[in-house]
Amino acid sequence: MSVTLLIEQLLNGVQLGTMLFLMASGLTLIFGVMGLINLAHGSFYMVGAYATAAITASTGSFLIGLGAGIVAAALAGALVELIVIRRLYHRPHLDQVLATFALILIFSEGTRLIFGSSPLRLSPPSWLTGFVTLPGDTRYPIYRLVLIGVGVAISIGLYLLISRTRLGMRIRAGESDREMIGALGVNISKLYTLVFALGAGLAGLAGALVGALQSVQVGMGEPVLILAFVVIVIGGIGSIKGALFGALLVGIVDTLGRVYLPIFFRAFMPPSEATGVGAALAAMLIYILMAVILAFKPKGLFAAHD
Amino acid sequence: MKNMTRLGLGLLLSSSVAMAHAEDVKIGMITTLSGGGSHLGVDVRDGFMLAMEQSGKDDIDVLIQDDANRPDLARSLANEFMQRDDVDILTGIIWSNLAMAVVPAVVRQGTFYLSPNAGPSDLAGRMCHENYFNVAYQNDNLHGAMGAYMREEGYEKPIILAPNYPAGTDALAGFKHLYEGDVIDELYTQMGQTDYAAEIAQIRASDADSLFFFLPGGMGISFMKQWESSGVDIPIFGAAFSFDEILIKAVGSAAIGARNTSLWAYDLDNETNHRFVESFREAYGRTPTLYAAQGFDTANLILSALEVAHPDDQDAFREALRAADFDSVRGEFRFGPNHHPIQDIYVREVVEGDDGQPTNRLLGIAIEDIQDIYYEQCQM
Amino acid sequence: MTNPTSSGVAEASLAPSADSHFSRKGLVQLTLLGLLLLLPVTAYFLGHIYYVNLASRITIIAMAAVGLNLAIGYGGMVSFGHAAYFGLGGYVAGISAYHAFDFTPFMTWPFSVPGSDNLLVVWLAAAVLCGLLALAIGAISLRTTGVYFIMITLAFAQMIYYFANSWPTYGGEDGLPIYLRNGLPLVDTTNTLSYFLICFAGLVLAMAITSRLMKSRFGAALTMARLNDVRLATAGISPYPIRLIAFVISAVITGLAGALYADLNGFVSPTMLSWHFSGELMVIVILGGVGRLYGPLAGAILFVMMETLLGGITQYWQLFLGLVLLGVVLFAKHGVMGWLAGRERNE
Repeated sequence: MSVTLLIEQLLNGVQLGTMLFLMASGLTLIFGVMGLINLAHGSFYMVGAYATAAITASTGSFLIGLGAGIVAAALAGALVELIVIRRLYHRPHLDQVLATFALILIFSEGTRLIFGSSPLRLSPPSWLTGFVTLPGDTRYPIYRLVLIGVGVAISIGLYLLISRTRLGMRIRAGESDREMIGALGVNISKLYTLVFALGAGLAGLAGALVGALQSVQVGMGEPVLILAFVVIVIGGIGSIKGALFGALLVGIVDTLGRVYLPIFFRAFMPPSEATGVGAALAAMLIYILMAVILAFKPKGLFAAHD
Repeated sequence: MKNMTRLGLGLLLSSSVAMAHAEDVKIGMITTLSGGGSHLGVDVRDGFMLAMEQSGKDDIDVLIQDDANRPDLARSLANEFMQRDDVDILTGIIWSNLAMAVVPAVVRQGTFYLSPNAGPSDLAGRMCHENYFNVAYQNDNLHGAMGAYMREEGYEKPIILAPNYPAGTDALAGFKHLYEGDVIDELYTQMGQTDYAAEIAQIRASDADSLFFFLPGGMGISFMKQWESSGVDIPIFGAAFSFDEILIKAVGSAAIGARNTSLWAYDLDNETNHRFVESFREAYGRTPTLYAAQGFDTANLILSALEVAHPDDQDAFREALRAADFDSVRGEFRFGPNHHPIQDIYVREVVEGDDGQPTNRLLGIAIEDIQDIYYEQCQM
Repeated sequence: MTNPTSSGVAEASLAPSADSHFSRKGLVQLTLLGLLLLLPVTAYFLGHIYYVNLASRITIIAMAAVGLNLAIGYGGMVSFGHAAYFGLGGYVAGISAYHAFDFTPFMTWPFSVPGSDNLLVVWLAAAVLCGLLALAIGAISLRTTGVYFIMITLAFAQMIYYFANSWPTYGGEDGLPIYLRNGLPLVDTTNTLSYFLICFAGLVLAMAITSRLMKSRFGAALTMARLNDVRLATAGISPYPIRLIAFVISAVITGLAGALYADLNGFVSPTMLSWHFSGELMVIVILGGVGRLYGPLAGAILFVMMETLLGGITQYWQLFLGLVLLGVVLFAKHGVMGWLAGRERNE
């Protein structure tokens, strides 16, 4: 029984990890190529979820909604890049933090102005509900398996995009030497808009997919944003490989910590105290992990460049 | 929206108008109107203002401010209302942690505070005050009532779940107090947690025959959506905080069949309630939640006491509040010695409504005349 | 800090404007500080207590931002976790008052530590504890630079936030009330005006310390560490301890502000530790003008006033706050002080 529970929890950890990867890959790309720290990335996650919920409700099709969510987030990303972000590339990180912090406020309250204060309804389509029985009589929700599948597909797609396409070549060039791509005659501002929209679209996809499992509400992007930052810092900022590794690490450590720390403390403490201490420590676990990693590897595990 | 602009206008004008009549009454409302979970504050405000409007009184000013769910901001707003606007009565706070930050100082300075939602145990017990009235519930009420109901229904092995924060641990303690049996396990989640796969797997691995959970707001939505496709098929129970009309519509089919305790239901059969639900739907185009009902009752309690005395006459006004001589949408309503309600708690079941959307249907009474367990610690 | 009416303190911090007596900058600085002192005093004697409390709030937030400005503006260390020190300072005041009120010891082993409701004891404890925390966090975080530094300071603050949120002894998420404001010998701290004057003295002292520090050899080394740490290293000075010391001083100032804030509100809760508050402090520093002595004060006045005024007008006030902030960062590169008093420092 405890082995099947462990397998199930590992799956949960991987599923959380793949969704974190969707967020973190965009963040890390944007930082790697443009050197921009974007606190408003969680807002695109929220935009994706809201657009998907609204369109799914009016068309009745989750897939159309999902497409609309990705497009809406990418469009919002492109728009924000054109109006605000491109003025920030040459500014210190501090200005970027302030501007994108302001964007969070604008997106959150703007969404509330349009959609109201109540959470929206968004559920997985009926053909994705239910569960499959895994070996060892573990029941696992189909939808979560699909999420893992989507995450894997996106990882492969991103890998191919970056290693095999012209756009990918430019992204790599931008990551290693920002001056060079200008010299190569690449239209940098178009490239930047494109990369930003790509990152926003990925965040929107994550928001839409996860929104069907969670509550679609204002501010839903903030906890994910913080987690995604932990992920890219652990992995090494600018590194897609690092983001993938960091996302899986954070997903698994967080999930297992939440389950097993309270159980662990029960071995030598009264149950009510053990759950309290265990839960408190579990909440801090990934930050402890991050601090330990950075103490030994100040540029993360897979530092791409500085 | 129209209502909002009128409120805004009222805010702008209020300071000058109030000067004109010395007999005017000023009420300050600090509530959560922005950020996550703001639909609670919006409903308290709308219910409250509906009652004010229906009273037709033009000598009562209601000043409304948004606390953005931040204790320090709420505290500063309370100062603003008391020290600058000189309000007679404060009300509106949604969350227990904000109430703890604001209420003790407010009542100590001689202003009345009427709680339309939060009811932390300290304010019912050792920190109770003669100027503090809770018109909603003591935090344990709904959980305890569910404990009593589940025991009566014959569930023997419940597993219980709540976030790891004071209201969460209080909720589980309140449940256990009236369940009176052993629970199989207690699970604590993180505050604001969004993924419950780990907890659901643990529930599956246990051999519980039922689940009771307290996950207010968005946490409850996430949990129920994930519960639906998990394949665990034990009945679920909770308090109305996860099952108000707005939340269950966001949850969708996953909420159907869940039973929850509430101090009020929109299909509760009494004349005041019929009129309230009907006029609320007409004014705002949606079905009221229990928060709207609590806001409505709070306003009507204030109105009933104002008939007797002006808040400047503190003793008379306090006595009038204590008498609770108003028509509550909950039916019978009275205060215990610590100014917290002694009331019936109802059980509702989430069913599919006529429009295909989930809605609550009244099943019956979970427990009669419930009173909190802290009143003995209260000395006023 | 015990003598709020001392004017010697104020002059030390006004010194930077002394060499340009009638310059625009000096005038603006003098006006800001003068208004901050005179308006609340006037309001108090006219019976408008609320405005005195509002001024106390502005003053304390400004003091916290002065601390952060030392790290960000002068030291180039972009800390996204200063809420940790603000909150710790607050919790020191709260926990100390809690034990003093209950007559229970804070700890009994290895030696007995009682609670205290004396502000001097509270401040000393807050300063020492915040200093130690910053020493530990800074020692690890300063091994990193750039975005990594921003993120690791955030991570440490989040760790403490979650700890406070879920640790039940001192109220967890509910927070901890302070029933009676901690006191000082000979001063009635429950009086609104005296408490404001205490806060004002704290702010002026923090600014004076910053000003003195930056004019010393230490300040020169810190500036060099920010602008060009290689050159500093070739001069035989290691930038790491310089930065660490500045980081600790910065945290202590913010922590003391946190202790003042807890006593002002009569309440401490984990929201004082949240990343939103860290963000707001950064916003205030940038709003006022990074690396300017009076920047945090200007930023705090503007931010708290916007929060107060917009909140009364619309429930969507945070939307407008966001728009204003965005406007400032895009169009007023040197903050309010840069706009009011002209450019001060070349980037």
